[in-house]
Amino acid sequence: MAFSRRDFVRASSVAAAALGVTHLSARSAYALPLDDTLPLQDPAFKELAMRALEAAKGAGASYADVRISRNRTQNVFTRERRVQGVQDNETFGFGVRVLVNGAWGFAASSTLTPEEIVRVARQAARQAQASAPTQLRPVVLAPGAAPEPNGVWKSPIKVDPFDVPIEEKVQLLLSANEAALKVKGSRFVTSSMFFLREEKSYANTDGTFTVQTIYRAQPSLTVTAVSSDFTDFQSRQSTDIQPKGLGYEHVTDANLVVNAAKWAEQAVEKLSAKPVDVGRYDLVLHPSHLWLTVHEACAHPTELDRALGYEANYAGTSFAAPPEQTLGKLKFGSPLMNVRGDRSQPGSLSACGWDDEGQKPEDFMIIEKGILVNYHAITRMQAPFLDWWSKQRGKPVKSQGCSYSQSWADVQFERMPNVSLMPGDKEQSYEDLIAATDRGIAIVGDGSFSIDQQRYNAQFGGQLFYEIRGGKVVGMLKDVAYQIRTPEFWAAMDMVGGPKSYELCGAFGDAKGQPSQSNAVSHGCVPTRHRQINVINTGRTA
Amino acid sequence: MTAPRSLYVQSAPIISRDDAQALAKRILYFATADSTRVTIRSGARANSRFAVNQISTAGDNSDTVITVLSSFGKRSATATTNKLDDAGLQQVVANSEKLARLSPEDPEAMPELGPQQYAESIGWSDATATLDPVLRAAAIKTITEPARTAGLVSTGYIEARGTALAIANSKGLFAYSRTTESVLTTTVRTPDGQGSGWGGSAHWDWSKIDAASLGATAIQKAKASKEAVAIEPGRYTVVLEPTAVGNLVQLIAGALNARNADEGRSFFTKPGGGNKVGMKVVDERVTLVTDPLDPDIGSNTFGADGLPISRTVWLENGVVKNLAYDRFWADKQGKVANTSGGGGGGGGGGFGGGAGLKMNGGDGTLDDLIAGTERGILVTRFWYIRPVDPRTILYTGLTRDGTFLIEKGKITKAVKNFRFNESPIFMLNNLEAMSRPIRVSASESGNTGQAIVVPAIRTREFSFTSLSDAV
Repeated sequence: MAFSRRDFVRASSVAAAALGVTHLSARSAYALPLDDTLPLQDPAFKELAMRALEAAKGAGASYADVRISRNRTQNVFTRERRVQGVQDNETFGFGVRVLVNGAWGFAASSTLTPEEIVRVARQAARQAQASAPTQLRPVVLAPGAAPEPNGVWKSPIKVDPFDVPIEEKVQLLLSANEAALKVKGSRFVTSSMFFLREEKSYANTDGTFTVQTIYRAQPSLTVTAVSSDFTDFQSRQSTDIQPKGLGYEHVTDANLVVNAAKWAEQAVEKLSAKPVDVGRYDLVLHPSHLWLTVHEACAHPTELDRALGYEANYAGTSFAAPPEQTLGKLKFGSPLMNVRGDRSQPGSLSACGWDDEGQKPEDFMIIEKGILVNYHAITRMQAPFLDWWSKQRGKPVKSQGCSYSQSWADVQFERMPNVSLMPGDKEQSYEDLIAATDRGIAIVGDGSFSIDQQRYNAQFGGQLFYEIRGGKVVGMLKDVAYQIRTPEFWAAMDMVGGPKSYELCGAFGDAKGQPSQSNAVSHGCVPTRHRQINVINTGRTA
Repeated sequence: MTAPRSLYVQSAPIISRDDAQALAKRILYFATADSTRVTIRSGARANSRFAVNQISTAGDNSDTVITVLSSFGKRSATATTNKLDDAGLQQVVANSEKLARLSPEDPEAMPELGPQQYAESIGWSDATATLDPVLRAAAIKTITEPARTAGLVSTGYIEARGTALAIANSKGLFAYSRTTESVLTTTVRTPDGQGSGWGGSAHWDWSKIDAASLGATAIQKAKASKEAVAIEPGRYTVVLEPTAVGNLVQLIAGALNARNADEGRSFFTKPGGGNKVGMKVVDERVTLVTDPLDPDIGSNTFGADGLPISRTVWLENGVVKNLAYDRFWADKQGKVANTSGGGGGGGGGGFGGGAGLKMNGGDGTLDDLIAGTERGILVTRFWYIRPVDPRTILYTGLTRDGTFLIEKGKITKAVKNFRFNESPIFMLNNLEAMSRPIRVSASESGNTGQAIVVPAIRTREFSFTSLSDAV
């Protein structure tokens, strides 16, 4: 249901009178952008953004930027034969970040008026001024890219999820549930769909103004089987269907109804699977599993802010530090290991035209033939810390385009791009790796995960575990988790899949920063084999 | 009635009871559904973060979010917005009603509650609501300056929140509360990366948090944790500081869901069928309660559907006293509902409403627990705790920022960190002794999190499964 501008102006004054709330009472022509139908490219938004930047400069900012964003999300979730919830959410607001006397300040508000945007810009400056006296080393920004005065970018979607009728979504989920419940022994099933559309306009004092529309989609399903004597239950989560930066086509491509029956059969099979014997095994890891190990035990320890100590109070630091002792020197893994950072892979969660500092991201290598050659998550504030390395390699001191904020209400900071384990030269598949393995365990899907604050010691579970004997899968195992010391795990990697085995996986909920923010990143991944990894049995009873 | 005072957001105050009631009335006026529930969450958050002995970011934000739940018979849906003008309000009602009409009937739909009686929440502090950037910078300086003087590197975080929550429905229910929350955590490290110490606390009343003292603790632990020695992983007697206890005991809350237990997929499932209410599951000295009016908890006194939250005993003297029943499951099982429904995919969580958790304790101090330990490990806190096996509430994670060996009643050396695979149920079965309970910061992220009040404990046979080189 859309409203005309005239209706809006009339209605807003009524609401303000009814409430007697001061921040609702003083509307102007600029209140019009609150009209649902107005795109963020509308000049009114740009004018508001410029007003924020002027106010920030007037309050002493040497640099400032502003993000105005409208996020729409939709959740549909079901359980067995019923719909548990249909939720449609929208949030609209703006955040202003300023650099005053070498200190950052930030403020945000959901009240988008000319008066409020000025107040918030000045409030951000107050924040910075309060912090400035503590600065032992004022913030210095690397040179920015040439300003982009009118940039537009949109995720490469085929079908806007918000245009798909809710009945169709509900029907698909209930059909998938029904398919799962038809499998004998499967007792419970939950399924859901989540969609995001983020419209974001950005402006900075360097002269950049961009408008981006970012989509994300994730279907998911979990089946649980319970033993007849109520002494065991096992679940199969659809973690091989990964979230993507795509539209509704990602849901239809997931083939939920057919897959639901397969996942249900696997949940039932897990009840009678053999508990694993503890010991050392060769592990063959499917991309649907390995991406999470890449995320935790490769992507996180190579974030520059961790290496420099900025995350020490929450996410931690890194064993891959300090940079002057690791860059170009640290043997991170086997010579088969090549890892790339990017925000460009189509359909990836990190893909964008410009980051939240208005910088265009580039692709770059992080690990080459097992050696650490670059950190990532580098922003304009972080880049000068590695100026010596940039100069040594003949490269400019610049941002990688990795600044990101989860919403208008949070300050942007250095976040991981897509970090991907690249294919080997030889064309070989997951099945080929199993065939080449005499005694081992193959793992499909991600499960339990935990890793220490310097990313040395990690433990990973999975969804499905298969015993390998003589190059063949001989049965299913359960209660499997492997424990690793990160550099040894990657050094033990002796086989990697070829280009055709590369899959794009990822997650929405990568948490970092204080206040904690969620990042969405993809990890391209190939199947790998790792020799003699420590496997434990997690099925304790006392 | 004027809005609650807040210095860090002048123009968009946390909504007052009267304004919330007027706003809810306005939204309900636009509604045409058989029944409608309006939830208003109005809040402000202020924070300062520091790293390498200086403030790295400082900021604040404010927002008021409206959620409308519309029901036509057994069909329902929700929509949210933060547009507060009439156009925004009419739009969110229209969206919710449109989705509700298109949704299939929910056989488990429950009618909206009528008017309820609520206790007044106690958890509002002006000291928290007025924690502006200058005051935060001053608190941070009491940590960064001593750390810098000692040649150490401090990092940390302060967050303060003020939130008003209101629920109203077309049957005349209206609930309102306003609460504050604050947290300070700090990690201090030696420049060579060989020592790391932590201090932290959370409370709805900022004046209860002593920044300098928490900084001093982190500094002492950073110095003391250098030159850690490796000892074999295995089963150890451990003394867990209150934060470490909170890290693990709060995990029980998520497993208290009655329906999951009755359906056979929970630790609280009774072998052969049914649930474990009435069965002893942990040491008889352990009692776990939710009490919004506890002076250290101060949470909301109602849940998401407007159900009053009162003191609920989950475990009493080691015996399961209550599980968490939402209205539908309580109705079906002939029980009294004690938690709000509407859980998501996994069949719902444990107890609802974010109402905090308190474990009783003993009379002693942490020092008493250490003094009474022949040989054991002292743990400051746990980290990266993730589920491994829901059948036993088994989790894995690691020790962090201050792990020490106790010999003959004294701390003798720093030890390398361990990974554990352990269940809080096993841990509380092997209980030896407890100190007095205190409020802790038990959230992994250092955000304000849920109010957790727990003692330090000494317990036997805690399972450390591997060593970590991480400092």
